[in-house]
Amino acid sequence: MSAEAGSSCDGKIVQLEDARKIYQMGTQAVNALAGVTLSFKRGSFWAIMGPSGSGKSTMMNVLGCLDHLTSGRYILEGQDVSTLDDDSLSELRLRLFGFIFQSFNLIPQLTVQRNIELPLYYLGWDAHRSAERAKELAEEVGLGERLDHHPTELSGGQMQRVAIARALANEPEIIFADEPTGNLDTATGEQILRLLVELNEQGKTIIMVTHESHIASHAGHSLHMLDGRVERVEGDG
Amino acid sequence: MRQAKVIRNIALGIENLLLHKLRSFLTMLGIVFGVGSVIAMLSVGEGASKEALDQIRKLGSNNIIVSAIKSIDDEAASTTHSHMSIYGLTYEDHIRVVESFGTIRQTAPVKLIRKEGRLGERALELRIVGTTAEWFELVRRPILAGRVLLDSDVEDNLPVAVLTEFGARKLLAAESTIGQSLRIGGDYFEVVGIVKSESGQAGNIQVPDEQIDVYIPISVARTYFGDIMVRMTAGTREREMVELHQMIVQVGSIDDVEPTAKGIEDMLERFHKKKDYLVSVPLALLRQAEATKRTFNIVLGSIAGISLLVGGIGIMNIMLASVTERTQEIGIRRAIGAKRRQIVSQFLIETVVLSIVGGLIGIGLGVLVPFLVTYFAGMATVITVSSIVLPLVISFAVGIVFGLYPAVRAAKVDPIVALRHE
Ligand SMILES: Nc1ncnc2c1ncn2[C@@H]1O[C@H](COP(=O)(O)OP(=O)(O)OP(=O)(O)O)[C@@H](O)[C@H]1O
Ligand SMILES: [Mg+2]
Repeated sequence: MSAEAGSSCDGKIVQLEDARKIYQMGTQAVNALAGVTLSFKRGSFWAIMGPSGSGKSTMMNVLGCLDHLTSGRYILEGQDVSTLDDDSLSELRLRLFGFIFQSFNLIPQLTVQRNIELPLYYLGWDAHRSAERAKELAEEVGLGERLDHHPTELSGGQMQRVAIARALANEPEIIFADEPTGNLDTATGEQILRLLVELNEQGKTIIMVTHESHIASHAGHSLHMLDGRVERVEGDG
Repeated sequence: MRQAKVIRNIALGIENLLLHKLRSFLTMLGIVFGVGSVIAMLSVGEGASKEALDQIRKLGSNNIIVSAIKSIDDEAASTTHSHMSIYGLTYEDHIRVVESFGTIRQTAPVKLIRKEGRLGERALELRIVGTTAEWFELVRRPILAGRVLLDSDVEDNLPVAVLTEFGARKLLAAESTIGQSLRIGGDYFEVVGIVKSESGQAGNIQVPDEQIDVYIPISVARTYFGDIMVRMTAGTREREMVELHQMIVQVGSIDDVEPTAKGIEDMLERFHKKKDYLVSVPLALLRQAEATKRTFNIVLGSIAGISLLVGGIGIMNIMLASVTERTQEIGIRRAIGAKRRQIVSQFLIETVVLSIVGGLIGIGLGVLVPFLVTYFAGMATVITVSSIVLPLVISFAVGIVFGLYPAVRAAKVDPIVALRHE
């Protein structure tokens, strides 16, 4: 699993090299990531699994450029991003990533439309174009009629669809989903998962954290974590 | 393009503030009352000091007023029987003043006489001033009818009289009175004109024509009535000899006012045994009034500053609470790709909008209050452009200053922590 830095021609979209994340809690150090080396191909669908506290969320945050590594390297599309500053990381998230969270994380004061438009606002789109795109996306996830509703007026499944529409607004390369079905019933979870599979079929790279193996089974690949290390990889990386 | 973006950001800020209408309104109140009270206080203060300054200007800022005063020794002596008190300015003084100072443009001597007067059927005691034509140059008042005194009246000793508005009212005189004869004591005077009169006081100087009914040529006053006045008070006969009661001196330039006043004072001191004169300078009063106004403005400014400070702290307090409440929102925005400075500007815009809207409402309030004060209390108020622009600029500054800290706090929110807490 050796990767040449800067070589993106091999189709690898993300690579970690001996990635470590250490939280210093007083005198005690917590190794949330204890030397992870991995690489994911463009267009793949990964499920990250493992017991609670094994470092799944930490890894998502690092891969999603929300957090810095303590040591090691993170190569994103052939570029080492471990040392980038806050503004550059924000720019990367804005252009390349879409996030879906377990608790949906919609802004309750804003309408569905405004929530979906949020990435477009930061991309500098004008109001008219953003509104059109938001409408398109809402229709794609089956919520065309709900644009003027507030998130509190929606069911969990509907909220997660809005979150997906928002994650897609900037046409991201990678979608990060941290337990996207965790707060949903099985049937609704299945629907959401189907949406993600569809997106993957359209060519998006998807990295998803989940506890449940039947959810993970929809992904082409799975990575099992234990105590901050990669314990086992299933499906060809 | 950039402009459109700024407008959109402001619109989004307003949209967000409208989500919590009551809270936004309450947050603004500090600024509303701060700005409102600043404008109201400034305009009332400005109005009051303008009144004072106008009053002083009526006295003439180039003028020096020298008045006769009865010294305390005389006051005591006059209670004894058949004593005659001699005091005040003399004709000599007047000539000396005119001849000694090159800075003087013109002077008007004033001789006060109280005599019974009669016009037609009406008879009453009149307050009469014997003076020269210069008086009307120095104390400029519009002519209501006829003419004022002329140099020739004085030179030729003509028995003519000019009524003041007060005097005309007392004697029931009107325009048609011109040409009629007015009896003063035992002598007849031809009424030749009526002039407007002013009343009022500035500091301890009275407006010179405050208590005058009639003007007559000083030469006539002197030859007809002499310099000795006899007054009956409480059974005693009080005799006074005063040549001139007042002298109004006008200098050519405002810079000469104070040196000339000092010179006159020194000269009078040399020729008078007792201090039976007073030299007063309206300009000095003007300076004093202006200094008072400055002090007043500083005090007002401090009060205003404090109230705006309190308003600003109120805004900051609410914005800090808002940042805490909206931690999750900030986290979401950051995760999506908002840069720190975009979060800063989002919160800063909200604070500035709050404080400017508060400032505008405050201006409305601050303009309304002086209006009501003038309407109901009859006090003069003056709203200047700067008394409106300044508070607006200050409320903008308050928004920036007190909004910056909460906004920076907002930008420091760590998205990971923000998204984890639920
Ligand atoms: N901010 C932090 N400060 C200190 N320790 C932390 C912090 N964040 C995570 N950790 C620790 O790092 C380890 C990995 O945490 P992480 O959240 O990645 O686990 P997880 O696999 O996502 O668990 P779960 O399935 O419960 O969400 C845990 O031991 C956790 O206590
Ligand atoms: Mg987790």
